[in-house]
Amino acid sequence: MEFHMTILVGILVTVAVYLLLSRNMVRIILGTAVLSHAVHLLIITMAGAGEGSVPLLRESDGPYADALPQALILTAIVISFATTALLLVLAYRTYEESGSDNMNTIRRIDRE
Amino acid sequence: MNNILVLPMLLPLLTGFVLFFLRPSVKAQKIVSILSLLSLVAISGRILLQIRVEGIIRLDFGGWEPPFGILFVGDSFSALMVLTASVVSTLIILYAFTATERRMENMFFYPFAFFLVAGVNGSFLTGDMFNLFVCFEVMLLASYVLITLGGGKVRLAESMKYIAINVVASWFFLVALAFLYGTVGTLNMAHISVRVAEAGQGPLLSAVAVVFLIVFALKAGLFLYFWLPGSYSSPPGPIAALFAALLTKVGVYAMFRTFTLIFYHDEFILGTIIGTMAVVTIIGGCLGAIAYTDIRQIASYNVIIAVGFMVLGLAVFNEEAFKGSVFYLIHDMVIKGILFLIVGAMVYLTGKTKITEMSGLIRNYPTLGWLLFLTTLGLAGIPPLSGFIGKMYVGLGAVEGGNYFLLFIGFASSLVVLYSMLRIFMNCFWGETIINREDQRLFPARRLIPIALLGVLTIGIGVGAQALEPFVSDAARVMANPGLYIDAVFGEVES
Amino acid sequence: MKENDVILRTVTRVVVFIILTFGVELFLSGHHNPGGGFVGGLVLSSALVLLYVVFDIETVHQGVPFDFRKIAAFGAMLSLLSGTAAAVLGKPFLTQGFGYFDLPIFGLTELATVTIFEAGVALTVIGTVVTIILSISKDV
Repeated sequence: MEFHMTILVGILVTVAVYLLLSRNMVRIILGTAVLSHAVHLLIITMAGAGEGSVPLLRESDGPYADALPQALILTAIVISFATTALLLVLAYRTYEESGSDNMNTIRRIDRE
Repeated sequence: MNNILVLPMLLPLLTGFVLFFLRPSVKAQKIVSILSLLSLVAISGRILLQIRVEGIIRLDFGGWEPPFGILFVGDSFSALMVLTASVVSTLIILYAFTATERRMENMFFYPFAFFLVAGVNGSFLTGDMFNLFVCFEVMLLASYVLITLGGGKVRLAESMKYIAINVVASWFFLVALAFLYGTVGTLNMAHISVRVAEAGQGPLLSAVAVVFLIVFALKAGLFLYFWLPGSYSSPPGPIAALFAALLTKVGVYAMFRTFTLIFYHDEFILGTIIGTMAVVTIIGGCLGAIAYTDIRQIASYNVIIAVGFMVLGLAVFNEEAFKGSVFYLIHDMVIKGILFLIVGAMVYLTGKTKITEMSGLIRNYPTLGWLLFLTTLGLAGIPPLSGFIGKMYVGLGAVEGGNYFLLFIGFASSLVVLYSMLRIFMNCFWGETIINREDQRLFPARRLIPIALLGVLTIGIGVGAQALEPFVSDAARVMANPGLYIDAVFGEVES
Repeated sequence: MKENDVILRTVTRVVVFIILTFGVELFLSGHHNPGGGFVGGLVLSSALVLLYVVFDIETVHQGVPFDFRKIAAFGAMLSLLSGTAAAVLGKPFLTQGFGYFDLPIFGLTELATVTIFEAGVALTVIGTVVTIILSISKDV
């Protein structure tokens, strides 16, 4: 389980880095989103995925999985949700102002 | 039980939300803001005094005892930081009252400034690693909004860079947390410290420590500072001042907290890696401060030099140097606030940003000019201003530890700071006056007052260092003896 | 551009209520089972977003005349105040209480103050999501 998850995290990070390094703003934002998913997977893997059952008293008698990483991930998801949303709005405003979603073009406008 | 400990974070948050509803009336917003800020200062002062009497205090959220719940821990270090941050942000927001365009006030400038303060104070007070991340994010989200507020192509492009770099830094933070949790199975800082000490700081934990170092270095602008000058020089004066005064200091604080409390076992990381990073930061900052002619860039590079200097204290790693760094942190929040306000005001008044394009402003705005001169002296660390005490203690610590190279770099940087600042002063305020008395933009007294108050504060900290000394010594003592912090966290709390 | 979206409109009228009910169910079940304010709020806001997509902004605004930014601020404030209430009562900040009450129709019911906190979270999520969608889509 851990092994496969680690590989998956690696793949996601690769994809995210590729997206982040592109010039297109929407791709950069997608990159940040994928990046955050990668780290959420990493948290759940590091905390021991697949051990124990659902941490709900009514569902089983234990042993339960560690509930803390899930709480951490939920918090992290909320935060990355907010950041992604803000980035989307920002990208849209930038596009409105400069008529481009290409970082290089925007930088050129910058210099002029 | 010390519910007062949550107020420095809770009060700004609540104020921010109240201000949302007061949007139609800017006047009501200002009244609520100022009341809230003044009580914030009073509360932080009380916390500091309470710690003096009772020792380190803590608040377990929801009554969940450590290491199970989230908690806020107040020791002298965090309380001093909270107090300084509150005072400085009060004065900066006071300045913003008169200097912010109506358009931005309508776009929720004040609420987000308050969220920023809340995040900063939360980061100072928290005793939980994940909570630190959350407070960082509160602060950063507010800063993302503030930096984009008002728009303009340059601003938007700069903010895209700023946000992207911070998203990556936050990602590293989460990676570090994942590894940390996988290794020690806890997130309570004191508990982590205990477990790391028990297990010994092996290669795995050292790797985690280095990832944390990268995170905080990105946030503080230590070594990885390449994003900083652009982002800090694009927003208008008050926002840049808030950023320069608070944001990087939170990174520095987090670095001190983690490396004095948790990862203090590995001397290679502490001495060699952090020391090298600090030296490179100082040198890089000095080069930038001398090379640029844009006053906002020069000011931004001065932030970088100061970050390097504060971290020198961590690299030296003894109580004396910690004391110096705490003093310097306090000093730097004040002085960077005043510096960025003055620079912002100069850009506003002349409409120019390059030192070559300004001249003889001393005739037009004498008080502003002399305040800049005061700032220059303060930045360079001339006694009796606030910078001197911090530099002196870091120097004493370095001598005690035998780190003469660090000492040399640290003090040589003061000369460069002095030169770079005098360059602004001489070029912009001395020389032939090019703006007519009749044509000059008005700079009303009510705008000058907050800057002047910050100036008084920097003198006050320098002259009144004796009064501040017990608190700072206590802060340094806790940093040098992590056991005190751990005992306070796991000790009984009467409720 | 006028598309023929009779099916979408008709389905939406029904589906929106199913989504809303599901959102409330998720919100309430969050106390002991998977669910809670965040997910509930997301589902509820998805119903609103669906309405915005199918009907135009003005039409929806006539039915739901709220400033969603204020809803978000109010929700966050509600969550904070529910924590502050504990502090006012002399308990540590964010302490939550619960009790069992004999209500007329529901019988013996567990009521917990954490529901207020969660309601605040749900409102914040609804407010934020709708604000984002509206600010991106305003003039397309």
